[in-house]
Amino acid sequence: MEPNWQLARKKPILEKRARIVQAVRVFFVARNYLEVETPHRIPGNAPEPHIDAVPADDWYLHTSPELAMKRLVAAGYERLFQICRVWRRGERGSRHVPEFTLLEWYRSQVDYTALMGECEELLRALVPDGSLTWRGHRIALAPPWERLTVAEAFARYASVGLEESLAAGNFDEILALEVEPHLGRRKPTFLTEYPAALAALARKKPGNPQVAERFELYIAGLELANAFSELTDPEEQRERFSRDEAERRSTGKAPYPLPEKFLRELATMPQTAGIALGVDRMVMLLTDAETIDEVVAFIPEEL
Amino acid sequence: MYTCADLKKGLKLMIDGEPHVIVQFDFTKPGKGQALYKCKLRNMITGSLFDRTYRSGESFEPAALEDCDMQYLYQDESGYVFMDNRSFEQVTLTEETLGDDKYFLKDNMEVKILMFNGRGIGITLPNFVNLKVTQSEPWLKGDTAAGNNKPATVESGYALQVPSFVEEGDLIQIDTRTGQYVTRVKE
Repeated sequence: MEPNWQLARKKPILEKRARIVQAVRVFFVARNYLEVETPHRIPGNAPEPHIDAVPADDWYLHTSPELAMKRLVAAGYERLFQICRVWRRGERGSRHVPEFTLLEWYRSQVDYTALMGECEELLRALVPDGSLTWRGHRIALAPPWERLTVAEAFARYASVGLEESLAAGNFDEILALEVEPHLGRRKPTFLTEYPAALAALARKKPGNPQVAERFELYIAGLELANAFSELTDPEEQRERFSRDEAERRSTGKAPYPLPEKFLRELATMPQTAGIALGVDRMVMLLTDAETIDEVVAFIPEEL
Repeated sequence: MYTCADLKKGLKLMIDGEPHVIVQFDFTKPGKGQALYKCKLRNMITGSLFDRTYRSGESFEPAALEDCDMQYLYQDESGYVFMDNRSFEQVTLTEETLGDDKYFLKDNMEVKILMFNGRGIGITLPNFVNLKVTQSEPWLKGDTAAGNNKPATVESGYALQVPSFVEEGDLIQIDTRTGQYVTRVKE
């Protein structure tokens, strides 16, 4: 029998992937970040209306290591990073596999703007030539990258304004279908200042509580990372969790227990910024791969 | 009923009383937002193509279609002709209906034809088909890396990527669901 060629042909990309992951470690270690590993199986995730966890015995596989990492930050660890597998049920498409690799990093004493700078530096460290070409689009990586608020992006690219879209309940659809394809085309784009209702675990902007200090990084239309100035108010976080958990249950999703230890310890967390970056998608961009299938050794359909 | 989680390329749905097949599918999800299921659908009666995006929570009626065991006979100017193994009735499918599947048909191949109101509107092929390579660049000496690939064309005119060690005249197995090379086979 001949060796499995569909696996064999992935070797050049898997070799490049391994070098990218090694370079990411070198980058963070050189900046005094501590690499940590936190449990993949946990009692419950942060309740998110549109992210479903995979049940594992009586607990769940994590959809992000955020709760455990922030408990470490609250205990005094000032700079942390983790590269780990996470699971999100039902997410399968050309840019999604239900088990994928996240890079998360957390840094105390700064806000989300510091993370924008670190994203610029990380990509520069990974791509010494200063530009990448993905699917025929050349993207210049020299800083500063574009900073665009959600409201500006809707005004520029969407058929409806941001307020109108929020009122009509089609924000996600307009963002995905009309706005995202234009983002990060010539240089990467930070999409910033999310409406407060979509703050998730981000704090509201001091002086402008209508928006949250959250950004998403886009390169060549591909969503690469999500970042927050972390919310550190346990009471406000509990209210948001309760509201999101109620929404989850009202749509028939399995109930999560509220993460009480996280909520208690959040009170001791200093000002912190945190970010989750999709490693598989970053490898797609750096290897000119059209689909996520090409940058992982195995896709679920091949198991 | 199907839910959004069932949507994938090849799934057949009833929309406004007519059978449709998903010819392209992608899942997308902006940020922490709602999942969107982007489909390109083909009306299996009229052949018309259109795009539609569904959101989680929607449900779909499966297309109840009769599957008939048939044999491929030949191609003529009207299309591709198949014969029902039991009734010996003949059914013709157009080139448009077959799409890329036309490249994987071989004489006397046993297939399943989807019938709707007495008309053939779709086909299910065996999962694997063996076809002879008719055109490919020669193997370069020294090119021993296991993952290297090159373009090749098989006897039906279908072009695909194959390992560099495959040569003209080789018989190769192709997965008809993905159109991809699987392995070389002995004649």
